[in-house]
Amino acid sequence: MSLEEQLPDTVEEGQSADELAELLGDLVIDREDHVNAPGFVIRPDTVQDALRRLRDDAGFDHLSCVTAQEYEDRYESIYHLKKYDDPTQEASVVVPADKEHPVSQSAEPVFRTADWHEREAYDLIGIDYDEHPDLRRILLPDTWQGHPLSMDYDQDRPQIVSLREHANPLQEDQRSDSDSDTMFLNIGPHHPATHGVLHVKATLDGEQVADVESDIGYLHRCEEQMCQTKTYRHQIMPYPDRWDYISAGLLNEWAYARAAEDLNDIEVPEYAQIIRTMGAELCRMAAHFLALGTFALDVYGDFTAIFMYAVRDREEVQNILEDLTGQRLMFNYFRLGGVVWDLPEPREEFFEMTRDYLDRLPEHLEEYHDLVTGNEILQMRTVDTGILPPEVAKSYGATGPVARGSGIDYDLRRDDPYGYYDELDWDVIVKDGCDNYSRLLVRMLEVEQSAKIVEQCIDLLEDWPEDERNIQSNVPRTLRPDDDKEIYRAVEGAKGELGIYMRADGTEKPARFKIRSPCFSNLQTLPEMSNGEYVPDMIAALGSLDIVLGEVDR
Amino acid sequence: MSSQQHPFVTDDSKVLTETRDARLAGQDDRFNSRLREAFGSTPFILTKFDKFMNWVRGSSMFMLQFGIACCSIEMMHTYAVKHDLDRFAAGVPRASPRQADVIIIPGTIVSKFAPRMKRVYDQMPEPKFVIGMGSCTISGGPFQEGYNVIKGAEEVIPIDIHIPGCPPRPEALVYGVAKLQERIANGESSPVVVKPYELEQFGDLERDEIVEQLAEDIDTDDLVMRYNWGDSP
Repeated sequence: MSLEEQLPDTVEEGQSADELAELLGDLVIDREDHVNAPGFVIRPDTVQDALRRLRDDAGFDHLSCVTAQEYEDRYESIYHLKKYDDPTQEASVVVPADKEHPVSQSAEPVFRTADWHEREAYDLIGIDYDEHPDLRRILLPDTWQGHPLSMDYDQDRPQIVSLREHANPLQEDQRSDSDSDTMFLNIGPHHPATHGVLHVKATLDGEQVADVESDIGYLHRCEEQMCQTKTYRHQIMPYPDRWDYISAGLLNEWAYARAAEDLNDIEVPEYAQIIRTMGAELCRMAAHFLALGTFALDVYGDFTAIFMYAVRDREEVQNILEDLTGQRLMFNYFRLGGVVWDLPEPREEFFEMTRDYLDRLPEHLEEYHDLVTGNEILQMRTVDTGILPPEVAKSYGATGPVARGSGIDYDLRRDDPYGYYDELDWDVIVKDGCDNYSRLLVRMLEVEQSAKIVEQCIDLLEDWPEDERNIQSNVPRTLRPDDDKEIYRAVEGAKGELGIYMRADGTEKPARFKIRSPCFSNLQTLPEMSNGEYVPDMIAALGSLDIVLGEVDR
Repeated sequence: MSSQQHPFVTDDSKVLTETRDARLAGQDDRFNSRLREAFGSTPFILTKFDKFMNWVRGSSMFMLQFGIACCSIEMMHTYAVKHDLDRFAAGVPRASPRQADVIIIPGTIVSKFAPRMKRVYDQMPEPKFVIGMGSCTISGGPFQEGYNVIKGAEEVIPIDIHIPGCPPRPEALVYGVAKLQERIANGESSPVVVKPYELEQFGDLERDEIVEQLAEDIDTDDLVMRYNWGDSP
């Protein structure tokens, strides 16, 4: 397969930190030690050189995240690198920049995904990236004054904006010069096909998409700032529910829980891990059902049949989750060191209800396959449209069903095991069609695998001895991780790799809290998938990415 | 009508008679509602036209298909099976604001989106009604302290009904819609003309240090708006 061919020969064994330092040679000016990976400090003008060496010679082909932050004496960008083959092998490239003139070389020529990540860093922190193709604000309005996550930002300072900035973008005649054949088409931010408040600026050549640019930030709710002003122990946990709000709450909570537990060396009892695994997979099912329903909505424009079927299934899953957690959507169920409470009493009723649902599921899935994947019209619309080749997907840092629909065998539940996943029997679904259809199919088949996991968890929970039902380990009331302890940890969310970077500063609140959102990286692939296709195929491609704007914008 | 002239048409006078008899005798009371009893045999209602129009407006609301954030997921559930908002005459969402009477605001409003939401609201024909769904539209909710968050949708457009919750359950949304219908039927609504943004000439702003500094960057002839967050509750 093409995947294996392009891998360098050096990756069969993981390299030690010293070997990597040797590889980088005199580029390394200092070493750091993050909880998850070795950190190599390099000069700000050698970023491309260092990343290229790590990618080509050491096999770090996945730029997972770019974190920017400001210290008292410097700015810093951290490039979190991983391998698609083995995400447990990680390396951090730390790039300090001058406090007065924070300029750093852009990584965009090496990893395409750095484009948006660095724009975000520029927007929120204020680091200038040299050689970046298009360094503009990305989340905040262009007219914003100041960089809100930098140290000297004053939130109470009024934002004064010229009215011209909010003029109707469609008011002026969008036909360009008379000799041009293209037309500008504005989609969103209020549009049924954009899955929220995404704004897509499309340039059309006839009926084909010549160029498309996503304009995000219409739901930038300052999640990172919120988490930086809250305490580790209890206050942060409600926020992850609201990142990916398509019922994927427990998956997001797990991202925070995993990072914070590793940062504070907290053990989680096995029993709690099983409950977590079960809850998380139920969430994944609900999230994929909505993805299916809205995708059908995009492709068929059909509000009545498939969408309603999908919502029916979601309602059933939500009922189970409500019994478990007490809430339909914003669960706030995980705690550091476990979960907040045990399964609802009477337990038999809960097991029976869940089993009932799982028993009915195969029939429902068959219905979906009849209605959706087996339907010729849908196949004509989706097969071989929205092509995303694996190399391109990797370069953009695509993860989750988007990557697995392009034949990239990457699933953190298996590759970087957490929870109870490695004890259970399930498969990672990979399809190598690289098109809209494959991505849809991956989600539908993943629902089956999730159901399989839930079933095994139910069996385990049912037989668990009554006196060993330990739902939480002993965790101090106030957590104060050591100063300057840094960690980046990811879990497999419904949309892909959901990572959290945290830096502790010795207090009970994180000094920097960065969310690596899978949708943010996945959405970047939209131009690659839709340029040259027809407008409806662009909409289908957008639907098959299954973005949720709460997570894109955070 | 004789059956000879129209060989394929049954004599419907027979059918009608049977139906009428069935209804009169009480065997079929599908159409014998209390309203019909009140009307008696007369086909006329005597009412004020305004009152009639209010009743009509409340009984047939066209919602705008408008999703912002987490609450829109619960809103979709309210529209879909199980909760089925259509039962309450607040039917299938319309995609265009020009065909909608009611806008449900389901989520957090941030500075970049507020002008867009205002534009969508402005495009709706009057009379129009607004349902604020969730804590974020009341006060900014859990994100109130954020640098980018508008502290309540009422900073931008007037709200008729607030539904608290994060997010409100579908039942709560149904209750809110029913309450709004009640209000509409009684002829109540929030004023359409509101304080939207503070639209001011630049010179009208309080001249503090920051404004002085910004004045150099912005053309003084140009209009500006100021997100008035410092004063918001």
